[in-house]
Amino acid sequence: MAPVPPAKPTPSSLPAPKPPWWRDRRVVPWVVQAVVGLLVLLLIAFLLGNLIRNLTAAGLLLSWRWLQQPAGFDISESVIPFNAQLPYWRALAAGLVNTIRAVLVGLVGATLMGCLVGMASFSHNGLLRRLARVYVEVVRNIPLLLQLVFWYFVVFLTLPNGVAAIQLPGVVLAKSGLYIAGLGEGLRWMGPTLVNGVWQAPVRLSVEFGALLTGLIVYSGAFIAEVVRGGIAAVPKGQWEAASSLGLSWFATLRRIVLPQSLRVIVPGLNTQYISLAKNSSLAVAVGYTDLYSVAETTLNQTGRAVEVILVLLAAYLTLDLLISALMNGLNHLVQIRER
Amino acid sequence: MKRLLRRLRAELFATRTDAVLSVVLISLISLAAFGVLRWAFTQAQWAVIRVNSTLFAVGRYPVEQQWRVWLLTALLVAASGATWGLLRAHPRPDRTGVLWPRNDRIAATLLVVLGLWRPWAMGLTVSIQARWWGLVALLLLVRWLAGRFGRRFGPTGLRLVALMWPVLYLVGMVLISGGLGLVTVSPSEWGGLMLTLLASSFAILLCFPIGVLLALGRRSDLPLLRWGSVLYIEFIRGAPLITLLFLGQNILGFLLPGGLAPERVWRAAWVLTFFAAAYLAEAVRSGLAAVPQGQLEAARSLGLSHPKALQHVVLPQALRVALPAMVGQFISLLQDTTLLSLIGLLELLGTARTVMANPAFLGRNGEVYLTLAVLFWGCCAALGLGSRALERRLDPHAVPTAT
Repeated sequence: MAPVPPAKPTPSSLPAPKPPWWRDRRVVPWVVQAVVGLLVLLLIAFLLGNLIRNLTAAGLLLSWRWLQQPAGFDISESVIPFNAQLPYWRALAAGLVNTIRAVLVGLVGATLMGCLVGMASFSHNGLLRRLARVYVEVVRNIPLLLQLVFWYFVVFLTLPNGVAAIQLPGVVLAKSGLYIAGLGEGLRWMGPTLVNGVWQAPVRLSVEFGALLTGLIVYSGAFIAEVVRGGIAAVPKGQWEAASSLGLSWFATLRRIVLPQSLRVIVPGLNTQYISLAKNSSLAVAVGYTDLYSVAETTLNQTGRAVEVILVLLAAYLTLDLLISALMNGLNHLVQIRER
Repeated sequence: MKRLLRRLRAELFATRTDAVLSVVLISLISLAAFGVLRWAFTQAQWAVIRVNSTLFAVGRYPVEQQWRVWLLTALLVAASGATWGLLRAHPRPDRTGVLWPRNDRIAATLLVVLGLWRPWAMGLTVSIQARWWGLVALLLLVRWLAGRFGRRFGPTGLRLVALMWPVLYLVGMVLISGGLGLVTVSPSEWGGLMLTLLASSFAILLCFPIGVLLALGRRSDLPLLRWGSVLYIEFIRGAPLITLLFLGQNILGFLLPGGLAPERVWRAAWVLTFFAAAYLAEAVRSGLAAVPQGQLEAARSLGLSHPKALQHVVLPQALRVALPAMVGQFISLLQDTTLLSLIGLLELLGTARTVMANPAFLGRNGEVYLTLAVLFWGCCAALGLGSRALERRLDPHAVPTAT
């Protein structure tokens, strides 16, 4: 630390001399802000000027009329009806719906996975505890994209078809898709059945969707498990001991005593993880699932409308994030301790 | 033996439920392990890795220029050895100065085994095997020298280490890209692990100052700086990285005057940098929040100017608190470089995709992805370990213990 120069002795009867303006505490902040603001404005003006000049030269000035033109490409699994004759905006909407579908199912799955693993790391069983640690340490240190392509190319695309498909109770995993039992025609419960070598079931998911979901759930599950673990660890140990001395079992203690108290630590952490799951769903393009990003990329390649497409993408993801944040903030409000 | 049994019983078979659970888990784990091992030794064809090892390491870097990469690797190895040795010569406060603690002996053995066995097992040519052996020998030699004689230089030694790495980084950039009398190798010819490490180290180095400035801006009293930083951070954090990379590839050309837009690799590296800066800013902000307000006030009342007080008093404490979160960001940045493959750059994953597009290696996904996973896991785990060691070294409350 630099030695502090001794203050000059000033006669206390005289008022302190007015400092020059460049050392005046009331002026300097405004000068700094004005300079920074001016620089930022200049930068923005420079970039925008270039943008407009270059776009005009390329004949691509901002316009939204192309949204009405027929898309000309098909979307393999769209929840809302779609075909190649429908306009671009319908394609983007179908992509957005697909993204939301993946995010919703992913959120539920990852939360379940994370809670189970987070709870397992407090088990009495040493093996289970270590297994939970190993899962978290392995999954967190491998890129999500790598995990996604692994699930898709190594696991889901090598599934057998027809009779050889993996049959679990109510679920059949085949290369042609995932077949899940559900309410079929006439509201009757129907399991997957093999008709002429082709599986049929009330619910059919594509392998692309399956791979994306598995990847997202396994990856986000590890992060959520850490959040849950932190939340449970934040509950004082005395709570565990008090509950078990009252005769509650391990699971009952966790469910009735510890988890409710840890929620106020867990929920803010979950918010971050949910938002990153929503953003990570854009990696679906690597496994061939047509989400919003994938549709946007195709649209850009066909129309060359880079700026508009990017604006749509950014607006859609920002809205999704804000929506999740708002919901989680509401939830956070509910679980906070209310003191009388 | 008896103690082991007793411990096993307490950990795995304490109650009936526990016992059932343990038996189920043990059988599941052994089944999985057996399946993986059987696949790895009987069905997997590791030729895809052996044949393409150069591609995975450096991509399409010209063969006659690859000596530069070897030279850089040797320099890096020597620098790592020197750093390792010097750190042991100046032990951290909670340790007594043992030159070869147990962890180091394990690490050294592991390195020797890996360095001797791996190149041989991969069936590399003799000259390349010899190079790897030479590198391991160099590492251990420099480590020994620095550990043995490092204390003679006093604390200057450690300061030299801090200076050595940035210099080495610049030297490495020149070695890889050319210039100063070396043939230029265009970034489009970089690839594989080299590109992954280059892009991530570039972004890690540059996002740090930007992130710190943004964090300070976000906590500043000046409304314009504060709102500007908030806007930037929240905008970047709201968008998926892939859309930002996409923006960099497709729109940066429009934003800059014709011909000024950098090469595709550099564009991606800059996007990574600005992306990581926003996340780093949040990590640093949490560190700043942990420093009591009184620290700044005390420094100011001692006569330090505001920037000086931040630089000498507040930031050192804040960064120490923020270190784990920052390294977490660096780890996810390293992982995020895989996204470059989605915009057509040939980093590790991109190289893997081109390799598997080759009909000779069709369907060898498992082998390739498993190798990449091990590589990434190793790099990320090493970063995490390093961060924990650094944390303990910087801990002001560490008590010397006899270890």
